[in-house]
Amino acid sequence: MRRHLLSAGDLTRDDAQLVLDTAEEMRSLADRPIKKLPALRGRTVVNLFFEDSTRTRISFEAAAKRLSADVINFSAKGSSLSKGESLKDTALTLEAMGADAVVCRHWASGAPHLLAHAGWSRSSVVNAGDGTHEHPTQALLDAFTMTRHLGPLDGRRVAIVGDVLHSRVARSNALLLRTLGAEVTLVAPPTLLPLGIEGWGVETSYDLDAVLPKADVVMMLRVQRERMNAAFFPSVREYSRRYGLDARRMATLQDHAIVMHPGPMIRGMEITADVADSDRSVIVEQVTNGVAVRMAVLYLLLGGSEAAIGGAEDRPSGGGEA
Amino acid sequence: MSAAPPETDGPDEGSGGGSDPGPEPGRVVLDARDIDRALTRISHEILERNKGSEGLLLLGIPTRGVHLAQRVAAIMSRVEDVDVPVGSLDVTMYRDDLRLRPARALMHTDIPTQGLDGRTVVLVDDVLFSGRTIRAALDAMNDIGRPEAVQLAVLVDRGHRQLPIRADFVGKNLPTSLVEKVAVRLQESDGHDGVTIR
Repeated sequence: MRRHLLSAGDLTRDDAQLVLDTAEEMRSLADRPIKKLPALRGRTVVNLFFEDSTRTRISFEAAAKRLSADVINFSAKGSSLSKGESLKDTALTLEAMGADAVVCRHWASGAPHLLAHAGWSRSSVVNAGDGTHEHPTQALLDAFTMTRHLGPLDGRRVAIVGDVLHSRVARSNALLLRTLGAEVTLVAPPTLLPLGIEGWGVETSYDLDAVLPKADVVMMLRVQRERMNAAFFPSVREYSRRYGLDARRMATLQDHAIVMHPGPMIRGMEITADVADSDRSVIVEQVTNGVAVRMAVLYLLLGGSEAAIGGAEDRPSGGGEA
Repeated sequence: MSAAPPETDGPDEGSGGGSDPGPEPGRVVLDARDIDRALTRISHEILERNKGSEGLLLLGIPTRGVHLAQRVAAIMSRVEDVDVPVGSLDVTMYRDDLRLRPARALMHTDIPTQGLDGRTVVLVDDVLFSGRTIRAALDAMNDIGRPEAVQLAVLVDRGHRQLPIRADFVGKNLPTSLVEKVAVRLQESDGHDGVTIR
């Protein structure tokens, strides 16, 4: 039986399409006077965050609350997690409290897999970002945003630009977009492309200017300095000049192309302020769509007697490991 | 739950065979012309009961209820030259058996821009059976607005109600046993019109 969402690679094309279609219905709720649906009444969703994240946590919190679930926020700061409690003991505590779903953000790659498969609890586990590994709901909301602007993604060209090495967003997007039939090009300096990228089924390039005129979507990634323990590029200035998106580069895009960023963005580094605030930028819309997509995921995992999407319980998940 | 008819009197009725282009097995109780006549009569009855189309809103329950609502609106526009707004209302998340079955895909909800407040809403569905779909629809409407009145139009009433719900406008009353299956087929979703029982 399926009940977790750990990797974007766990989703079949039908699964992914079901999430996108469901999210489209969930999104219309934003226009109603009463932004509430009864689907998860009496269910408990725990947001278990071992790593700082404002937008992902409040997005999941809003999604669960709009579906009438009870939400418990459990963050590493100011809890026994900061006193050295193990993941296992935390999981057993949540199980004892009757959590139906655990939305897990962790600095260690693979932590949500452990939570899902170690047999500590019966909850559904939703990966809300683990280390440099995966962030499947971000990929879903990105695909949803692209679909709303461009229609079906078959044959569409998506350029993902920047710190691919440390980006769970890039990995989840690469997996999901391939499932949905899009062509992905990862653009980064050689030092910021992960080993084993040949197995991702994507194109790579070191030359942003050559990729932009053909792209339907440009997704800029933040340079994750907090995860960098070495020098990956000579200077911020040089990085911006070669891999930053500014007005001059944006002018080389096709008329219909859109600019995305998973946030938080560093204006002036990977993206200039005028690009981030331009008509092509759908960055604010990504946040709105995030709530609808997470509602869809929670509904499809918890709304019925069994989940309609997600990875199997009894096989090690994470089809995306390179 | 003893002797409970399956909760399929709404959008799911017979949908398992929805892609089958051939004629349905079973006895035909309404053919295309019968359906047309029934809908024409229902359209007149709705206008008569409400003394015209002022404040009316037709709200179909997906999938076939929406097609029926659109046909009723088209008939009203033909006979009285009035433009009655049509919407669709998905009730999936309001069903009382939501937790008893695997998570289901949602259908489209589309509320006309005028909203429901103060209007006379006519819910339209293909088959009225246990009444649970209609209860779910009433709950769903509660989260969207406050209609002046709610009425119910169905193509087929097959009996076996489990809730105190009745239809205001009925295409055909069809006495059935619990083991029989009523299948409504419409041009828009199935390629042909017809109601069969088997």
